[in-house]
Amino acid sequence: MDKREKFRLAVQGIAALVQNANFKGFFTGKIYEGGGKNFCVPGLNCYSCPGAVASCPIGALQNSLTRMRFRFPYYVLGLLIFFGILLGRAVCGFLCPFGLLQDLLHKIPFPKKIHTFAADRKLRNIKYFVLLILVVILPACIKLTPVFCAYFCPSGTTSGLLLLLRDSTLWQVIGGRFFWKVCVLAGLVLASLMICRPFCRYLCPLGAVYAPFNKIALVRLTLDEDSCISCGACERSCPMAVNPAENPNSTECIRCGKCLSVCPENALAYVRPGKRKEKAE
Amino acid sequence: MNTGKGKMVLRLVLLTGAVILIAAGIAVKDPAAVWTKAVKICLECIGLG
Repeated sequence: MDKREKFRLAVQGIAALVQNANFKGFFTGKIYEGGGKNFCVPGLNCYSCPGAVASCPIGALQNSLTRMRFRFPYYVLGLLIFFGILLGRAVCGFLCPFGLLQDLLHKIPFPKKIHTFAADRKLRNIKYFVLLILVVILPACIKLTPVFCAYFCPSGTTSGLLLLLRDSTLWQVIGGRFFWKVCVLAGLVLASLMICRPFCRYLCPLGAVYAPFNKIALVRLTLDEDSCISCGACERSCPMAVNPAENPNSTECIRCGKCLSVCPENALAYVRPGKRKEKAE
Repeated sequence: MNTGKGKMVLRLVLLTGAVILIAAGIAVKDPAAVWTKAVKICLECIGLG
């Protein structure tokens, strides 16, 4: 593990701890009720997690849409655009606790590790449908049901499992839906052993929100085409299986910086205002 | 929107829009609505309810 990767892991660990700093909740099974929950964190972190000290933007967005009296979600939408403009999908690479969990799972040795496969590119579009249908349209139509959270969100399932460990009364309300969600989580855990960040690649609605911002966010990559020798080292090293030499600001790039570390010519770099000229896209 | 200047303009427009949306949300007490939902265990959100 190089310096850059160690730094990222440290930032991810600190971000996960800060977003889940209600440590006593893990022992008591009681969730945090303080003012921090007025604010949404940039990553996917369920507000029903016993450790969560702030709110999940996807949960909060669905909550605004499921109200009987529709209210436009100004605040959550504003925060999402704000995080998107500043960081783009660097949120996924550095700040999302569920991203960290998937990264750690992928480090576990497994007989078959898959970098990419034939349908990989097309499957990545699913997350945009998840955002549109499960997070926006269905919750707005079927009032009172945050469909993505209720049926898919693995962060919520993890929170549920943590709460079940501490609150025996919750065992009485377990139903088929929870078993379905546990199956989804188990599938993602298994997939994470083989593929790097399957949830981020194919399903995460928050990744779908931040993806279009990658081209204009303050955190961006730039390629010095004169230095690039097209060796392909960046593409081979990319955990998200994108080709930074072709598109340094791909919507799939989570800004992990692995391509920067392996480039023998230092042709790739983070954009610093007024320093290097960006590749026209 | 390929030029650096174009991107900068778009960035500023979106950033301003984001700040306006956040301010509008605060004005209509959106953060309180977010808080109200987030301080109770949402059984539906975790798939239990």
